[in-house]
Amino acid sequence: MPRNPQLNASGELQHLLSIEGLPRELLIKILDTAESFAGVTERDIKKVPLLRGKSVFNLFFEGSTRTRTTFEIAAKRLSADVINLNVAASSTAKGESLLDTVANLSAMQADIFVVRHGSSGAPYLVAQHVKPHEHVINAGDGRHAHPTQGLLDLYTIRHYKKDFSGLAVAIVGDVLHSRVARSLIHGLTTLGVPEVRVIGPQTLIPAGAQGLGVRVYHSMREGLKDADVVVMLRLQNERMSGALLPSAQEFNKHYGLTAEKLALARPDAIVMHPGPMNRGVEIDSSVADGPHSVILPQVTFGIAVRMAVMSMVAGGG
Amino acid sequence: MKLLVKGARVVDPASGRDGLGDVAVVDGRIVASMPGKPDRVLDAKGLVVAPGLIDLAARLREPGYEYKATLESEMDAAVAGGVTSLACPPDTDPPLDEPGLVDMLRRRAKALERARVYPVGALTVKLEGRQLTEMAELAEAGCVAFSQANAPVADTEVLWRALQYAATFGFPVWLRAEDPWLAKGGVAHDGDVATRLGLAGIPAFAETVALATLLELVRATGARVHVCRLSSAAGVALLRRARHDGLPVTCDVGVHHVHLSEMDLGFFDAQCRLQPPLRSARDRDALAAGLADGTIDCIVSDHTPVDEDAKLLPFAEAEPGATGLELLLPLALKWGVQAKLTLAQTLARVTSAPARVLGVDSGRIAPGAPADLVMFDPQAPFRVDARALRSQGKNSPYLGLELAGRVRATVVAGNVVYET
Repeated sequence: MPRNPQLNASGELQHLLSIEGLPRELLIKILDTAESFAGVTERDIKKVPLLRGKSVFNLFFEGSTRTRTTFEIAAKRLSADVINLNVAASSTAKGESLLDTVANLSAMQADIFVVRHGSSGAPYLVAQHVKPHEHVINAGDGRHAHPTQGLLDLYTIRHYKKDFSGLAVAIVGDVLHSRVARSLIHGLTTLGVPEVRVIGPQTLIPAGAQGLGVRVYHSMREGLKDADVVVMLRLQNERMSGALLPSAQEFNKHYGLTAEKLALARPDAIVMHPGPMNRGVEIDSSVADGPHSVILPQVTFGIAVRMAVMSMVAGGG
Repeated sequence: MKLLVKGARVVDPASGRDGLGDVAVVDGRIVASMPGKPDRVLDAKGLVVAPGLIDLAARLREPGYEYKATLESEMDAAVAGGVTSLACPPDTDPPLDEPGLVDMLRRRAKALERARVYPVGALTVKLEGRQLTEMAELAEAGCVAFSQANAPVADTEVLWRALQYAATFGFPVWLRAEDPWLAKGGVAHDGDVATRLGLAGIPAFAETVALATLLELVRATGARVHVCRLSSAAGVALLRRARHDGLPVTCDVGVHHVHLSEMDLGFFDAQCRLQPPLRSARDRDALAAGLADGTIDCIVSDHTPVDEDAKLLPFAEAEPGATGLELLLPLALKWGVQAKLTLAQTLARVTSAPARVLGVDSGRIAPGAPADLVMFDPQAPFRVDARALRSQGKNSPYLGLELAGRVRATVVAGNVVYET
């Protein structure tokens, strides 16, 4: 297999494409850097000049509001110029290929491409074809990876739990289609979390789940027992009825997080969700807005984490 | 025209012969000894001479996909790879579902005077799996078998009737075994790697479910079925049992599938996007073993030239397939070495065995046989280089890698059609 394409010859972050394959030290360095930026976001003047004069192109081939906005805020706080492109509605609709779009933007002097694409692996293809001084950050590709979300999840867990070494983390719901779950699982196993569990019906657990280093549960009762962290995944509307699930109601009854089910976890358990939530489907409002929920802090941490990643890939020179 | 191939290591898989000698050719056929003086002598000292390769699956892309490849480029590739006969699947545009198209293809191929081309006709109109083609007419135009290429026959009744109809006339039917519903949307083997990479999976049981259905229909109809591109260990086991039961089935495997596995996808390498998908290392080993023990009859290149733009896409959007005509011999040799087989046993899978499936007289070195020959150096190394490939398709998982086995000359019907 070729060398990990996201690291340069000296092992530094050249692109961020996936959490898989990043060494433990590098993950910790990203989290530490993010922590140092958390202060910036609380100041009156929320800007540092690390990326002054650099251009960040937000290249979203798939719709997103939250992720795109947090990338934009993060880039602006690093003093970069941000250009948002809603590619889904423009050039690809005219038949331009992914690589042609990238080549055109590259000709406009880009430094960082933040890429979201519906096809797994698309950011790898982009990374293979950009110039050496250009960097690619994966903002979500198909079912494959959403590394900045994974990193902000890790940041959140570290913030509340301090240490990864004794934790049981349960990830619940549609693991099959979830890039968030895959990125978080790689991060947790790399950082030495001893127990990573996935919980869901067989139809929503991928064939090779065990190969990711997780324990598979089909019952919330067993899977949530004594968990320190519960991560609820978003159930896409189109999966709620059909061959994968009979109905949102039945899913909610068995796999939706209610206060009653949460009581199976540890008393100090935290509840996370990547958003946007389907209240009453995968999570009840009493839990989403309850004392265990850290869902809104996740969003805040997301900005610091994205600042850390952008400054680490492009802030050096 | 009299041709003498002199001083070669003559390997004839059909008879098991492997020894030094000459091969004499008069008027396109092999003769026991040269009457008088030959018109041309090929010095084959240090080289193997064997029957020309017979490839049961090579796409020439005509008609319809001339921007991916042309008959000229792919026929050049065939003889450069030592392939003297090839069967082409019907997935052209339009598909080979009318006698006129088949006739035109055969005429064009014949005029080029390179490899022999055996068109495989469409089993159903437009390969849609609904209406049977005029098989008897197509056979008259030169189709040697009927197939769906990679298109399914989703309706089991149509499949049953197609096999009944083909069996009525004794036409062979070549089919892949893949349940279209279980494979729907899938782009990679449903296993560890697809899970990690977040690629939609095609489970191995998509093959066995379809294969079990197909074998039951063979039992019911007595049709002569050749199963194309087996891909899983469970599929090999099913087929072994069927052959043990005496069902009239034969089988092939793609040459990439006995060497590569899902692990070779690496970081979304679109060159490894194949149909059927590369499966686990265990599946690959079972295919290699099934080929060695005779459960699988032949290796095919499954040659699929794809234009560069169609591969420079995210994995799931890239067009499946690999170029193969020029890599069939070196990759078959590599398999034979790993399986610890003799050269004759190895070459049987690309000569005498496919000749039997095709029902042709070639694939052997014996008096009276067509003089289709390949001369090659089995040890000579070469690097797979896009510029050196004659096929218009430069798409290969082996680009940049080193393989052994170089063709030095190819003879079709007694004419030297390639030499280097």
